[in-house]
Amino acid sequence: MLDHLIDQVFRRESGRVLAGLIRTTRDFELAEDALQEACARAAATWPRDGLPGRPGAWLTTVARRCAVDLVRRRRASPSWTSERLAEEAVTAAPEEDPAALSGVEDDRLRLLFTCCHPALAQSAQVALALRTLCGLSTREIARAFVEPEATTAQRLVRAKRKIRDAGIPYEVPRPDVFPERLEAVQAVVYLVFNEGYASTDGQGLMRPDLCAEAIRLGRLLVELLPDELEARGLLALMLLHDARRDARLGPDGALVSLEEQDRARWHQDAITEGTALLDAAVAARRPGPYQVQAAIAALHAGAARAEETDWAQISGLYGALLRYLPTPVVELNAAVAMAMARGPEEGLQWMDRLSTREELAGYYLLPAARADLLRRAGRLEEARVAYAAALVLVRNPAERVYLERRLQALGNPPFRPSGVPLETPGTPPE
Amino acid sequence: MQYILLIYGDERQWGKLSPGETDKMYAAYMQYSKALGDAGVMRAGSELKPTSSATTVRSRNNKVTTVDGPFAETKEQLGGYYIIEVPNLEKALEWAAKCPGAVTGSLEVRPLPPPHT
Repeated sequence: MLDHLIDQVFRRESGRVLAGLIRTTRDFELAEDALQEACARAAATWPRDGLPGRPGAWLTTVARRCAVDLVRRRRASPSWTSERLAEEAVTAAPEEDPAALSGVEDDRLRLLFTCCHPALAQSAQVALALRTLCGLSTREIARAFVEPEATTAQRLVRAKRKIRDAGIPYEVPRPDVFPERLEAVQAVVYLVFNEGYASTDGQGLMRPDLCAEAIRLGRLLVELLPDELEARGLLALMLLHDARRDARLGPDGALVSLEEQDRARWHQDAITEGTALLDAAVAARRPGPYQVQAAIAALHAGAARAEETDWAQISGLYGALLRYLPTPVVELNAAVAMAMARGPEEGLQWMDRLSTREELAGYYLLPAARADLLRRAGRLEEARVAYAAALVLVRNPAERVYLERRLQALGNPPFRPSGVPLETPGTPPE
Repeated sequence: MQYILLIYGDERQWGKLSPGETDKMYAAYMQYSKALGDAGVMRAGSELKPTSSATTVRSRNNKVTTVDGPFAETKEQLGGYYIIEVPNLEKALEWAAKCPGAVTGSLEVRPLPPPHT
């Protein structure tokens, strides 16, 4: 019980404490080592002495002393050559309460930009952000991305070494590169969310822990950069998607399509928050891709029943999204929305053009979406072929079950009594 | 911190430039070098003669082999470098992006370790 509480405190405080430590020590690795040691001491003493009044301040003070010790120890060892870190800088820094200090938020912002610096590989950016800002352990990150712990550990070590050796600064980027750097940060946050929302290799379809961490990072971004509308759009988008988490999987672990989801199980508080965030952002009239995607999600969330979905407006929004993100995947979604708004044939024609695109070869959602539209259009033979093609490509088990079920629902292929119309229940893909 | 900016490009394209274009390119590099100098960050820098002038040397078991050409055939070749001194990678990247070579080819930015004392 207390262990659990201590874990919570670590997770809540570590990003803040670490960000401050990096500022005072000017050494990413040292700061992390010091924090780790402080946490170990906390784990040893708190259960005995009870939680301190301000755990964050406690951790900062102890970690700082640990940093001084570590520097002394490193100096004593002959392998320690890089002495640019001044012990005095650590010792001379005044004792401070991290919560009360102005500029602490700037520390976390700097840390976010350092972790997501384009000089680091994106996989390293993601791991670093989860490690330093969310306080996830290496083991937790490895589990989340279904890779051996040693791989994650190595990724983190390399990234920290590059930060140190290449001199990646601990600062908020200058104005002329700020927009692109912010995009990189947002991309990392959204990547974490998507990895949690539609994991490609995981056992289940969703890993809500990653979604929750991404939303935490999204909240942090909005909190630190209140004027950035796209950051709000991104948070709104994640909240609106996350609101559907309990309705997306059936009892057997199969994916439930948006149309078939039990909307009573959608989380209204998340929808309310996401919609409010979006409305406030949109009012400023500086649209961007995250706001547009959030608007699409909000229209879905606002439909009490699937039949009430405003596909005409969604189709229009996808047109707008294509201007920001002219990718084949967005185009595929645009084609689906158009089919829902104007009938399957138009969408199918668009998809046929898309199927010639190299980038979509091997992407299971193209044949899956085509299959759904063909079924709606009553072209059942072709629908069967398309579902089968999608089944060859799909990797996630939950999505596989969904496709198999669809294929079964079409009945046996060759013989069917003539004159008996087949029912074609409509199911828009997500 | 010191960084080396390694300028890579297709030297065959460089050879195909007209005299007027070559002059323009040199003028752009002169201007860039001057900007580095004015900012007080330039430590060294030079253009390199083309790889056709390169000789590669290896010494193995006290036996020296000398081979004509660069150490590896690549699509883009090292054509020049600058060494600059700036506070961090961000600044180094900012300078690298302004180099004329960033438009015609690619720049690799590598930190130099501090001198061993």
